[in-house]
Amino acid sequence: MSLYGPLWLPAQLAIVTTAILIGIGTPLAWWLARTETRWKPVVQSIVAMPIVLPPTVLGFYLLILLGPQGAIGSWWVSLTGDALTFTFAGLVIASCVYSLPFAVQPLQNAFEALPRQTLERAWTLGASKLDAFFSVAVPLSLRGFVSAAVLTFAHTLGEFGVVLMVGGNIPGETRVVSIAIFDHVESLQYASAHRLSLLLLAFAFIVLFVMFAINHRWRRR
Amino acid sequence: MIRLQHKVRKDAFLLDVDIEIPDTGVTGVFGESGSGKTTLLRCIAGLEGGGGLPAHRRNVGFVFQQPTLFPHLDVRGNINFGEKRAASRRVDSQSVLDMLGVESLLDRSVDTLSGGEAQRVAIAAALARSPDIVLMDEPLASLDRKRKDELLPYFDRLHEELSVPAIYVSHDVEEISRLCDYLVILDEGHVAAHGSLFDVLSRVDIPQLAGRNAGVVLWAVPVDHEDGLTKFDFSDGDIWVPGEFELGRSPVRLRISASDVSIVRERPQQTTILNVLRATVEEIHRVDEARAMVRLGLGNQDLLAQVTNRSVRRFGLREGDRVFAQVKSVTVRR
Repeated sequence: MSLYGPLWLPAQLAIVTTAILIGIGTPLAWWLARTETRWKPVVQSIVAMPIVLPPTVLGFYLLILLGPQGAIGSWWVSLTGDALTFTFAGLVIASCVYSLPFAVQPLQNAFEALPRQTLERAWTLGASKLDAFFSVAVPLSLRGFVSAAVLTFAHTLGEFGVVLMVGGNIPGETRVVSIAIFDHVESLQYASAHRLSLLLLAFAFIVLFVMFAINHRWRRR
Repeated sequence: MIRLQHKVRKDAFLLDVDIEIPDTGVTGVFGESGSGKTTLLRCIAGLEGGGGLPAHRRNVGFVFQQPTLFPHLDVRGNINFGEKRAASRRVDSQSVLDMLGVESLLDRSVDTLSGGEAQRVAIAAALARSPDIVLMDEPLASLDRKRKDELLPYFDRLHEELSVPAIYVSHDVEEISRLCDYLVILDEGHVAAHGSLFDVLSRVDIPQLAGRNAGVVLWAVPVDHEDGLTKFDFSDGDIWVPGEFELGRSPVRLRISASDVSIVRERPQQTTILNVLRATVEEIHRVDEARAMVRLGLGNQDLLAQVTNRSVRRFGLREGDRVFAQVKSVTVRR
């Protein structure tokens, strides 16, 4: 296992998680932006919880839920014959839960900023709700989509607690960069820890910089 | 005829409308704010929920009060949006571009447009959709006086040349008198009156049309210029108006406010008022404690005069009296 092995795995994990969360987060954010139900604060709180919960708490519950005896885990075992915990699939599910608010909130903000009249105009011009969503709402919310994707990707890449709980520390399988750093520090391999930490630091900066630069240019347009 | 039948409840407000309006020309919907004008228009467009066809299948063109365009598309893209989704091609898009003068704007980005230009593009886009009916929700209300004056001639052209019926919502009687042929008056969600513009405007018993809103529209033909005035011929005489208006054969609209008309028994010999018309008192309606509205028959067309109840008493004014109407001021509408 090379030193950078722990980088490739989380990159894969982050790509898959981002793709799934944009898929799930878009309708959820749309619903949250439009709904008038009094349950909205409840749903919003549940979505936002991963931001404030210690990752170990989340990881603990996910471990129970995804474990072979858990509600989802046992179903998965009966379906595939494999356990979810300590596998890549389990990591993806955990990451999706963990990073959900980072996908939903930028999208919800973007959708809430859409004037209702703009959508109504699209409808009266002959666009169905779905057509209006893709031809008007999506292009006008592009910034929200970029923010959601970038934040989800970066956040998934750097996660530690949940992954350690659900994924364990199996090289090449579930050993992600943050855990690798933790291992290096534990075994006093500071040089390796430095290298990975610096990479993660640089990556986080570049991602955020690109996102803010894009947003800035769009605002000026 | 087009049947408008809509019943929706919004909290304490109930809109309940069931009337027929002509399937040609422009129908004005007039009322105070909160009378349900916009709600009615949104019901027709399918934007208020409450069942029926969804908005995108109703084939209406909707023009909002605030010019609404898609900022991610240029002017051309905005106009093509509805055209691409049109069910039919009954409106020729080239003639729409000409009528609204948007040809030269096509490649502009929408955020470089002025309010008036944006509204013209929004109307062009609504028409390019080839709608069965055009719905306009106070399209001039968000613009200042100057932009309004710039835009009104385009509405005149639409009024003359548009082949599809339109409903024009406004709280401005001046706009309605200029642009509409049929008039619906809404009051707290109900139809207070409806009929041809000329008939409804000459009614004395409509509270929404009292005060400064009261006044009639006459059809008259500009036939002559003299002393800087224009002579307008109409079926019951002629009217002189300051300014040299373009002469022609087709009648134009003259608006005469009820507050600009006074009544005298004898033809005045010495008066600075230019226009004195022979008339018969047709109807006297007490508006409130102070004021009364008098309908004066000129022959074929009517005038309204707003007077005080005290004058009516002192004058001994009765229905059927032969009088003279002094018209202090006239607005030429087109």
